Amino acid sequence: MANHTIAHNVYVPFLEKKGILSWILTTDHKRIGILYLISISFFFLVAGVFALLLRYELLTPASDFVQPHTYNVLFTLHGSIMVFFFIVPGLAASFGNFLIPLMIGAPDVAFPKLNLGSYWIYLLGTVIVLIALAKPADTGWTFYTPYSATTDTDVVLITLGVFVLGFSSILTGLNFIVTIHKMRAPGMTWHRLPLFIWASYATAVLQLLATPVVGITLLLLITERTLGVGFFDPAKGGDPVLFQNFFWFYSHPAVYIMIIPAMGVISEIIPVFARKPIFGYKAIAYSSLGIAFISFLVWAHHMFTSGISDIAATIFSFLTFLVAIPTAIKVFNWTATLYKGSIHLHSAMLYALAFVFLFTIGGLTGLFLGALAADIHLHDTYFVVAHMHYVMIGGTVMGFFGALHFWYPKWFGRMFNETVAKIAWFFIFIGFNVTFFPQFFLGVQGMPRRYATYPAEFESLMSLSTYGSWILGAGIIIMTVNLIAGLINGEKAPQNPYGSLSLEWQVPSPPPLENFEEIPHVTDWSYGYGKKK
Amino acid sequence: MSTHSHAEEHHITSNKTYIVVWAALMVMTAITVYVSYINFGTFNIVIALVVASIKASIVALYFMHLKFEDSITWVFALFPLSLLALLIGMTITDTFTRTIVP
Ligand code: HEM
Ligand SMILES: [Cu+2]
Repeated sequence: MANHTIAHNVYVPFLEKKGILSWILTTDHKRIGILYLISISFFFLVAGVFALLLRYELLTPASDFVQPHTYNVLFTLHGSIMVFFFIVPGLAASFGNFLIPLMIGAPDVAFPKLNLGSYWIYLLGTVIVLIALAKPADTGWTFYTPYSATTDTDVVLITLGVFVLGFSSILTGLNFIVTIHKMRAPGMTWHRLPLFIWASYATAVLQLLATPVVGITLLLLITERTLGVGFFDPAKGGDPVLFQNFFWFYSHPAVYIMIIPAMGVISEIIPVFARKPIFGYKAIAYSSLGIAFISFLVWAHHMFTSGISDIAATIFSFLTFLVAIPTAIKVFNWTATLYKGSIHLHSAMLYALAFVFLFTIGGLTGLFLGALAADIHLHDTYFVVAHMHYVMIGGTVMGFFGALHFWYPKWFGRMFNETVAKIAWFFIFIGFNVTFFPQFFLGVQGMPRRYATYPAEFESLMSLSTYGSWILGAGIIIMTVNLIAGLINGEKAPQNPYGSLSLEWQVPSPPPLENFEEIPHVTDWSYGYGKKK
Repeated sequence: MSTHSHAEEHHITSNKTYIVVWAALMVMTAITVYVSYINFGTFNIVIALVVASIKASIVALYFMHLKFEDSITWVFALFPLSLLALLIGMTITDTFTRTIVP
């Protein structure tokens, strides 16, 4: 530690230094976290606008607002930006960066320069994809062959962008793994780590081990398109289903890269606002690793109708049900933590509760899809669309919004308007359900996904879903305005507004440059709520 | 990073070892090239892959110092291999058991 010479009570908040260079060349994990936070939020809003346009087209059965090809481009951009720009880096890169060193009692991550490098690689990837917009792809975010090998839109550049983004993810994962192994404060044993750290660790392992596979897969696709090597084209001895095998070997674990950090956030928020120790600490901690591991064994449940063999389909269907076990363990433990708690409905807690409720719906409908016979009917229908949005918005995005409201005072040293936050939450919760719940019925009735037009019989549910998207959009606007207004004229935040026991709340808001004046000595876990002093 | 604990010893590999390993790699490259000119049928691929795996292993062991690292590093080095086996194994389970519909 270099700060022994600095006088003890001089507190320099990390946000003190101004100027563009202090941002683009920063190696401070808290600032890099902010850079990610701004970038991913921006792309979330952009892709959200695409979503509103998609839903607007679907207000009526005919394709009257945009051309079908434009519709295909819009859902490709919506999906790719949401997945690769927003939700995969998402909580891990933003809150993971901000919280990991603070929570384990370290001055920074293990490799601060590499951390900044990851961010610049992320930006490079987004720029490449933006250039690809000159002739935007219409393949969907999954880039399935054979179509992606033959369409004359620019698949090469967009997949190259995603390839580059992958490196950002890999390096962030590597950095966090080493940080958690090597930088824990004295006394911060594995079983005293906050659960967000366990979640971040599991996520980092997935980022490190799964991402290279999608990188190689996209590279193979690029090679096929540019050099004509037949990896996926049957005419040249390739196998189009091979692409799906490789793609989902990454992309199923990737759905856990998206959700596990959010699960970590929920495990932090619930005990604080229920004023109770977290129930089943070790079960929650190890189930994160369990989910991470099992997620490698189930990928072909996305391919039951793609022509894979019956034997393979049966094995994968069976294995898919295993995922539900560690997931359910978490849900039961959160519920048990709430039981007889002294619950305070802060806006962050509202998002956490919404997570538990909506994610459970998402997870359970995943089991319908994992069942072989049911999936033959439901595959590529709106049922899948509803399922994925219940887990990704109902799960990850609720976790993200919860984290935003929970750590906002710590990160920025300001408070937002709590009443407005609750109103926004209400709009978001209602709007989300009105948008996506009808889609389960649409799917069961056979409405396929990725079409700009539909038969008139689906009109009432389809337009209901579109109205819902407006309520949801309004909620997100209110939330965004409220959070930005708080930055400008919010009250100054106290050090620990919720009486949390976790390390990050024991430093001033916003935290000083090197986090801790002296590296803390940890003597207990951070969930000892409700005990008499 | 400068936080390596003091307990870890820094192993210094002699130049001689490096040269021997390098020579072995060169010999194996020669073998790979030579074998590719003889027709062993499917075994051409098997031989090429086995030689390549041996080469990769000694690079990891000596050039990348894996031989002198602690057990956690070994875990991180070996675990991805099991995932690779999984990827190949389960994909093959699909391809080899498909019924061809005319
Ligand atoms: C209990 C846990 C889960 C199970 C059993 C499950 C099962 C499934 C199955 C079988 C499908 C394929 C359906 C089809 O295409 O016919 C699917 C699709 C999908 N799931 Fe899940 N899932 C679970 C959790 C999650 C989570 C946590 C996420 C993300 C945060 C997620 C995201 C997705 C996405 C994005 C798709 C659609 C991909 C596409 O085709 O575009 N799922 N899920
Ligand atoms: Cu999946």
